[in-house]
Amino acid sequence: MATIVEDSAHVPAAITALMADYVHAIDDDRLEDWPDFFTDPCIYRIATRDNEERGLPASLVWCDSRAMLLDRVVSVRHANVFEPHRYRHMVSAIRVLAREGTEHRVHSNYLVTRTMRDGTMAVFSTGAYRDVIVVGDEGARFRERVVVCDHGMINNLIAIPI
Amino acid sequence: MPETDTLIDWPEEGVARAPYAVFSDPDVYAAEMRRIFRGPVWHYLGLEAELPEPGDYRLIDVGDTPVIVLRNSDGGLNALVNRCAHKGTMLLFEPFGRVDRLMCIYHNWAYDLEGCLKSVPFAKGINGKGGMPETFDMAANGLDRLRVESLGGIIFGTFSDATPPIEIYIGERLMANYRRMTSRPFKVLGYYSQHLDSNWKLYFENASDPYHATILHAWATRLKLNRFTMEGAIEMSERGWHHLSWSKMATDQHGEVYETEAFRSGGDDFDAFGLHDASVIEQWDEFGDGITTAIQTAFPNFVLQQIHNAIATRYLVPRGPEGSELVWTVLGYADDDEEQTRIRLKQGNLIGPSGYISLEDGMVGSLVQKGIEGDKDKSSVMEMAGRSIETIVNSRASECGVRGFWTAYRELMGV
Repeated sequence: MATIVEDSAHVPAAITALMADYVHAIDDDRLEDWPDFFTDPCIYRIATRDNEERGLPASLVWCDSRAMLLDRVVSVRHANVFEPHRYRHMVSAIRVLAREGTEHRVHSNYLVTRTMRDGTMAVFSTGAYRDVIVVGDEGARFRERVVVCDHGMINNLIAIPI
Repeated sequence: MPETDTLIDWPEEGVARAPYAVFSDPDVYAAEMRRIFRGPVWHYLGLEAELPEPGDYRLIDVGDTPVIVLRNSDGGLNALVNRCAHKGTMLLFEPFGRVDRLMCIYHNWAYDLEGCLKSVPFAKGINGKGGMPETFDMAANGLDRLRVESLGGIIFGTFSDATPPIEIYIGERLMANYRRMTSRPFKVLGYYSQHLDSNWKLYFENASDPYHATILHAWATRLKLNRFTMEGAIEMSERGWHHLSWSKMATDQHGEVYETEAFRSGGDDFDAFGLHDASVIEQWDEFGDGITTAIQTAFPNFVLQQIHNAIATRYLVPRGPEGSELVWTVLGYADDDEEQTRIRLKQGNLIGPSGYISLEDGMVGSLVQKGIEGDKDKSSVMEMAGRSIETIVNSRASECGVRGFWTAYRELMGV
């Protein structure tokens, strides 16, 4: 039975560290490190707010193993072509909503800017992370990370994970 | 008949060329909205499955025009321009919903589900003073309507009385695949769209162009999901306006050309590129005919897609001369079991803005848009398999699909 956490603003250090390490790895272009932030098996989805609210299951990205995450990275590096760009993530309002043993249900907000090689920068995505985070002796890992984009319209493409 | 003027000087090579000016000229864009989008073409308006009950509606943009598609109280389908006859206000703005009438928020003019004007507040004035004149004709102030036809669960609309019935429009040759993919009721799995920094025709050329598919999309080519060396074909509709490209992945012969010719999409080294979790391409023979990819277009802006078990519709909304929105509806069939739904959702990784296969399609149009900006007097070259819209038996090494698009375009634009 999950415990509803009364002081949801109190976030264990291992969780804030995971959230920060995750976005730094992506923003620093260390995508090869990205699958290691997850347990195996795991869930990683990029969904839209409209679909989630209407109970429609289709997602932009749908992975349920660390190997599938790795395949995303391999494809970004070796198969897919697109105009080079980098992200910068801002994560805020982290709240631990419930806890069951080592599992924490955590919600937060995110904003991602995308900067192209010609210097053009724009807000690319904003939304919420809906996470299930396992905290163990070796730190914290995502058992589940659902990226719920506020926007159903994507500017061109999403190659790099959010 | 379309107007004729000197809007564009088309090169003498005909549909084997497309003048760059058509991808950015505002006058061309304005003419397209009149001659094509208001002309004798059918537009995708949505799915019967989206409107199960009377009063259910969805919104959609048909070119620059906002449209309400709804199921009326008799169970029929109406498509009404989403614009009050009074001041031009949009009547509805939630993309999906249910209504029993259409009432404008501005002055509460109210219409029934047929688009007939039923009431105007203060029409008789206050104490007999003011109000609408005797000459005001309620019947003449209804909502503008589109003709509607529904075929295989897909709803189409047209602004023109001259558009032939939808089955004739698609044509008997391409109706075979259309029936193949619409023989069971659809189930909607979700929606998303892409804003593209490119003229609408650049995406639609791409969707009509199998030549790029196994070269640009290295992911599917390296995994041998789609190669020109597989059994497959391009089929053209009778007038050449629409195309179908299909292939069977189990039939690859001499696919090594992708490696020996050193295409970017080649590469047999599975240590460098292979799947660590192959469940993403777990699949079943959807229609029992071995066809694993089928992309069917309907001029000017509709795509019906089978990529393995990833079924979707796509339609394109022009957003000014140098922008467009590509809208995806991800589908299954109503009789899918849980396992089939799971496989479709996983194959969702192949399509859309993050699709292993599809993500390059929107991007490449913006590269063209930037590339052609400084030379509006030049043209693109499309001579793969000649200059006509004839198909080549057992070969997809042809740009006839794109030339077919330009055939329809020139006919309707009168250029």
